[in-house]
Amino acid sequence: MSILALNVNGAVREVDVEPSTPLLYVLRNDLALRGPRFGCGLGQCGACTVLIDGAAVRSCVLPVSAVSGAITTLEGLAQNGALHPLQQAWIDEQVPQCGYCQNGQLLTAKALLDNNPRPTDAEIRAGMEGVLCRCMTYYRIQAAIKRVVGATDPEAAA
Amino acid sequence: MKTSLELPHALEDALRRLNPTLSRRHFLASSGALVLSVGASALPVGRALAQAAADGPYPDLDFLQLDTWIVIHPDNTATFYVGKTDGGQGTSTAFRQMMCDELDIAFAQTRLLMGSTDITPDQGGSGGSDAIETDGWPMRRVAAEARRVLLELGAAQLQLPVSDVTAAQGRVLAIADSSRSISYAELVGGRRFNVSLTGANVNATTGAAAVKPVQQLQVMGQSLPRDDIPPKVDGSLTWAVDVRLPGMLHARNIRPPLAGSTLRSVDEMSVAGIPGFVRVVQEGNYLAVVCEREEQAIQAAQQLRAEWTPPAQAPFPASEDLFDYLRASAPMSSREPRVSGDPAGAFAAAAQILEADYEVPFQGHTAIGPAFALADPSDNQLTIYSNDMKTYSLRTGIAQFLNLPRERVRVVYMDGPQVYGRTAADDVGFEAAYLAHTLGRPVRVQWMRHEETAWDTKGPAYAFRMRGALDAGGRLTALDYEARALDYAHVGYNEPDTVLIAQLMGRRPARPAAGGAALPSVLYGIEHLRLAGHVLALPLVWETPLRTGNLRDPDGPQVTYAFEGFIDELAAASGRDPVQFRRDLIAASPEDDSFRRARSLAVLDAAVAAHGRWDVRSAPRAPASGPVLSGRGIAYTYRNNTVVAVIAEVEVNRETGHVWVRRLVCAHDCGLAINPVGLRNTVECGMLHGLSRALWEEVQFDTEKVTSVDWASHPSMRHSDTPEAIDIVLVNGDPNPDRPDLPHYGAGETSHKPMIAAVAIFDATGVRLRRAPFRRERVLAALNAVQS
Repeated sequence: MSILALNVNGAVREVDVEPSTPLLYVLRNDLALRGPRFGCGLGQCGACTVLIDGAAVRSCVLPVSAVSGAITTLEGLAQNGALHPLQQAWIDEQVPQCGYCQNGQLLTAKALLDNNPRPTDAEIRAGMEGVLCRCMTYYRIQAAIKRVVGATDPEAAA
Repeated sequence: MKTSLELPHALEDALRRLNPTLSRRHFLASSGALVLSVGASALPVGRALAQAAADGPYPDLDFLQLDTWIVIHPDNTATFYVGKTDGGQGTSTAFRQMMCDELDIAFAQTRLLMGSTDITPDQGGSGGSDAIETDGWPMRRVAAEARRVLLELGAAQLQLPVSDVTAAQGRVLAIADSSRSISYAELVGGRRFNVSLTGANVNATTGAAAVKPVQQLQVMGQSLPRDDIPPKVDGSLTWAVDVRLPGMLHARNIRPPLAGSTLRSVDEMSVAGIPGFVRVVQEGNYLAVVCEREEQAIQAAQQLRAEWTPPAQAPFPASEDLFDYLRASAPMSSREPRVSGDPAGAFAAAAQILEADYEVPFQGHTAIGPAFALADPSDNQLTIYSNDMKTYSLRTGIAQFLNLPRERVRVVYMDGPQVYGRTAADDVGFEAAYLAHTLGRPVRVQWMRHEETAWDTKGPAYAFRMRGALDAGGRLTALDYEARALDYAHVGYNEPDTVLIAQLMGRRPARPAAGGAALPSVLYGIEHLRLAGHVLALPLVWETPLRTGNLRDPDGPQVTYAFEGFIDELAAASGRDPVQFRRDLIAASPEDDSFRRARSLAVLDAAVAAHGRWDVRSAPRAPASGPVLSGRGIAYTYRNNTVVAVIAEVEVNRETGHVWVRRLVCAHDCGLAINPVGLRNTVECGMLHGLSRALWEEVQFDTEKVTSVDWASHPSMRHSDTPEAIDIVLVNGDPNPDRPDLPHYGAGETSHKPMIAAVAIFDATGVRLRRAPFRRERVLAALNAVQS
């Protein structure tokens, strides 16, 4: 076991774990976070997604010792008590069914829009392609992303 | 390490509100503060409450006590307790709406708890899309009864006859002078109603009060936002997988590498050096490792050396040979065919006979989160934290499996990944209970992805033989449906002798379940009809990853694909437009139970109207130039009293075989809609789940093991497969909408039929796809077979 320092949701947290432990289990079991969830352990489904320095990363296949950047989980998406616009859009569009995958959907959408604030429909589909939902809320997710894009689109707002 | 017990906020909150020092059980067992003369029945008041106090830690709650269902708090809020679960279709919100409406209390002033066996009445959990259709009724009636009692109490306090008071927003008020009022809290806040109910079973539970007529409903019918969505979106929800207990251990299962293998030896030393290793647990062919930390258990499961003896006989044919096997093997059982008219005579007299074979492979649940449970044996009790949709039978089954008194076992229900039928949440609950009971410590069991995808229960594979007879005028005179289903030894819910761990330990029922081959629900007026079904078995019956159980809309996608697909073939053969062909068949139906005939015609018309560009055709669209062909098709079906029509528009790339369902239109009539937006989204996602099964999902295996084990080898629908438009019309077209008893029928599984996109592929290409799923290589092969 080794003592490692992680920057999670704006705070530095120390953990005493095997360095090879996937980040997912450290976040869930040592830091009691609930956003990232186990889905496949293979980096295939996206349920475990976290943001590291703004990039969407699969925490189930990332050794904790390989993490150097700032980690944001679903719990850290709201700022100063205000939901992120994507979270509000998820509520407005009543996106989730069971909701288990929505952590990965939201954080991947966040990374997508941070890189490309006005994606086309095709870019939304491509950007979200790697995140699976077995309740099939895809259409609602895409509607929620378009809602945020529309709200920030100066032409649409005009 | 975090060691505190975390429960959902709503659960904690509700328990605290009752009394900081008293549990709900103690609340129900405490002496009532009220002695009412208004009790609904002659049953001894408090009978079960006294029994509850005497019997032990987790006695069954008495559904014949109003206090079991509704508690009014001193702050004039209410908590509802119901014996259902919500897999994310919004039933928790819908139930609240139903009970608020009958109780006359504002939605925001209420909360609803469901599914935990020690605090809610046993309504069986979820299944069969019956939540709103069946289980909502006792909720409405008990809420109406609570209102009736409150009106009597309030009238006495206001010194008015009951006929001169009414209720609104959690208050009883004088009809003549609404300034004269008293709150529910002032009448019963923090105390028990102590009112008995009647009813031979939980579904029949009722008081003396009648439910409101539909014209007076105010909360039902509103599209209130689902109450479970904000905490799922902001990360604040505590899921079942999030519970951490002091001293909790992590377990992983090791499954037989080849189906039907026998465990010969285990080398515990191969994992004893792993830090945190606790124990290898083995009984029969059940094998698990237990460690202090999760990643240690995962490593130990991968590293454990075990010797298995393969079975003498291949457990099953390879999936590519499955349908040859299915058609060539002798059935285990055949149902008595359902026959009307003289099918043999009609076929003999036919001008034209059509025949077609349809095939659907095994398909799995493959939940996004693999099966999970946590069991805690503390205090000589057994508590299981689970998202199983049938928590009550999970509790009973585990008590039987471990030979424990039921009263010592409870299941705490919490949110989890999808539960659309008999999932591995059943199996893992028993495993966690067994391991915790064996080790005497809390044990958390998490299935891995390969385990979930290979070993969860499967919807049965089907082979269909369809035959139809047309007369010289193109009229359908006879139809013959024959289904062969691989469904022998179908496992039920939480059965202590069929859950996977029981099978692996060799504890099995004397006879496997017979299974079933489903017949279509036929409203069509077909004069001569024969419906037949056979159940078949694979060589390996027990300890097999190909065990069948209920999968969302059990048998519905398979049967509808074959039946409606063949109706489409008959329409084409008779030179008729598929909508008009179905309209005529429905109109010819002799039956109109629940106005189903009229409502069916209404949904067909509504689907065509919503589609907006249905071009009447008697033959497939003429092939376009270029690689992408487009077409449209329709299917109609009903499930119980809910009627549905779905139109699909597809694009087929004839060079790659890629199919994109570009648009789905659904007209849906399930009677009174409690929450239209919630219903609409459930219908949408149900359709798309069906579309995933149509386009992608198939269990694949060789003659030893399942080979589709993750999202690469077992693909599922993705964002790029999503239609660009989905139009859903809630018809709810009871011919008499003012009828006071306008019922609410089931939804959720009704719209799960888009395998029928095959008919749109035919319209686009002129080629019938009679084997699901429509992966590109299969589509390409079918197109090439016709061209060559």
